[in-house]
Amino acid sequence: MEKILVGLKRVVDYNVRVRVKSDGSGVETDGVKMSINPFDEIALEEALRIRERGDASEVVVVSMGTADAQQQLRTGLAMGADRAILVDTPANVDSLSRARILLKLVERESTDLVLLGKQAIDDDNSQVGQMLAALWNRPQATFASALEFSGDTATVTREVDSGLEVVEIDLPGVITVDLRLNEPRYVKLPDIMKAKKKPLETISMDELGIEAAPAAEETSFEPPAEREKGIMVDDVPALVAALKDKGLV
Amino acid sequence: MANVLLIAEHDGTTLNPSTAKSVSCATEIEGSEIHVAVFAAAAASVASEAARLDSVAKVITIEDEAHAYPQAAFIAPQAAELAAGYDYVLAPSTTFGKDLLPRVAALLGVNQVSDIMSVEAPRSFKRPIYAGNAIVSVSVPEGSTIVATVRTASYRAVDMTNDAPVESASLTAAIPGHTRFIELKTAESDRPDLQTAARVVSGGRALASSENFELIYKLADTIGAGVGASRAAVDAGYVANDMQVGQTGKIIAPDLYIAIGISGAIQHLTGIKDAGTIVAINKDEEAPIFEVADIGLVGDLFTIVPELTAALSS
Ligand SMILES: Cc1cc2nc3c(=O)[nH]c(=O)nc-3n(C[C@H](O)[C@H](O)[C@H](O)COP(=O)(O)OP(=O)(O)OC[C@H]3O[C@@H](n4cnc5c(N)ncnc54)[C@H](O)[C@@H]3O)c2cc1C
Ligand SMILES: Nc1ncnc2c1ncn2[C@@H]1O[C@H](COP(=O)(O)O)[C@@H](O)[C@H]1O
Repeated sequence: MEKILVGLKRVVDYNVRVRVKSDGSGVETDGVKMSINPFDEIALEEALRIRERGDASEVVVVSMGTADAQQQLRTGLAMGADRAILVDTPANVDSLSRARILLKLVERESTDLVLLGKQAIDDDNSQVGQMLAALWNRPQATFASALEFSGDTATVTREVDSGLEVVEIDLPGVITVDLRLNEPRYVKLPDIMKAKKKPLETISMDELGIEAAPAAEETSFEPPAEREKGIMVDDVPALVAALKDKGLV
Repeated sequence: MANVLLIAEHDGTTLNPSTAKSVSCATEIEGSEIHVAVFAAAAASVASEAARLDSVAKVITIEDEAHAYPQAAFIAPQAAELAAGYDYVLAPSTTFGKDLLPRVAALLGVNQVSDIMSVEAPRSFKRPIYAGNAIVSVSVPEGSTIVATVRTASYRAVDMTNDAPVESASLTAAIPGHTRFIELKTAESDRPDLQTAARVVSGGRALASSENFELIYKLADTIGAGVGASRAAVDAGYVANDMQVGQTGKIIAPDLYIAIGISGAIQHLTGIKDAGTIVAINKDEEAPIFEVADIGLVGDLFTIVPELTAALSS
């Protein structure tokens, strides 16, 4: 395999308890910790392992978003990616456009494998990988928890509702990763220094010849319905009584 | 009128309950005429089940050996072909629908709305984001097919008293050869299915081993419950991945949910927001699970659970 392309989305860190702004215009992101989407870190880790065992020669990380995403790309370079591409887009450009952008990059970079997360934890969409595979007319293996390569085929174990599904796909193709695929490495200080010297290129949607597609407009935001305050019981008999009271046992 | 094409989820012989819940969502679309598409190697038994779903106007079968095991790459081009003439294309937001529908949307050249939890107007929907910490209202622009997955935990299954006509369709879209199904590994279980069970008992990291999970199974069997787990319990190998409840596992809505030795991380809680009654058993009174629990009991699960099982079996 020559090149692996990995998508890194800048998202609100998974430890942050996200709140809706009081005027319902969005969620509070000011001063909130931002990170690489956790699934994308796993995708990058997998790409690095593939390269390190000699099955690929280059790992390119891509982020679509505003200039802020350079921070996540630098982290990706510090983890070990060879180069980075920032595609300058509005903060939350629609999924179809993101897939079209990735397809342009795949063609430009003649990529054999695209590794993405199974979902971005901000919008919880789970769309971009499948859309890219469709536009590219290539296979997709989503929700991967194990990967094996042999020549130009990949054997992928997928986490599905009924258990584990194993599929074989011919490369090039798209694989989206689930949490149990690997544990991403920690970034060490010297790597952060080295990463500063690695190439990070910025491209505009214009240069790629892509216009944003019509997308659903987000008209208002609200907090989820709150649950009523519950009760604490002291022991098992009290718990059983409370359950019986509600007619649940 | 609004023509709705709903892609059925099934295992080759029976319809998955997510389909009946998605029909329920489709009925919220004003003036909807609902057609259910069954892609299968042999569709008869699934189609006759689908035909009984209330509010369904027609069942369309698409038979091909390639559809013996559902593969997005095989179904998508055919579903996109079938979608001509429909205003809406829907599928349940299960791993089946999540895998398939964005591929269909991209082939149709449109965006997708994921996880709709309510239909506010024909082109406006509510959906959860940030692991359910916010609900966003979205409005899809006029003039394009609406492609959407349905958050099944937000809907009740429609009844099955119908007798809709079944028709077969033959499509011309080619099925690609670049993907091959190898196998599906499922753990056989006599317990109620996690996604439809009225009662669910879940265990977390605190169980500390797969042997100790027996405590959870015994309690579950005593009250006829399905069994779930936190991600930590799955990661540690105590139970299989298909038991994970949460943002990246299953989103469920049982009448009763008992969380045992689970701290209540937001990613877990998003999977149980629609549960009727949440019971939490945890030795740490500060555990966040108690903030959402309807009934909380602080203590050591290794003494509480056997006691509870005994009390409920007598
Ligand atoms: C992107 C992403 C997605 C995720 N998706 C999910 C998901 O879908 N589902 C999910 O569950 N998690 C998910 N997680 C993980 C989540 O953040 C938590 O790490 C996980 O839910 C913790 O599991 P736990 O509660 O079993 O373990 P812990 O957080 O370790 O909690 C164990 C609890 O057991 C209690 N305890 C210990 N011993 C006893 C005892 N003897 N008796 C009683 N109580 C005891 C402790 O007080 C503690 O509260 C996700 C994380 C990320 C980053
Ligand atoms: N703006 C983005 N920049 C880079 N990668 C992205 C972006 N959006 C989505 N992706 C990739 O696509 C995956 C699925 O995202 P989504 O479909 O938005 O849930 C993510 O895990 C990323 O790997």
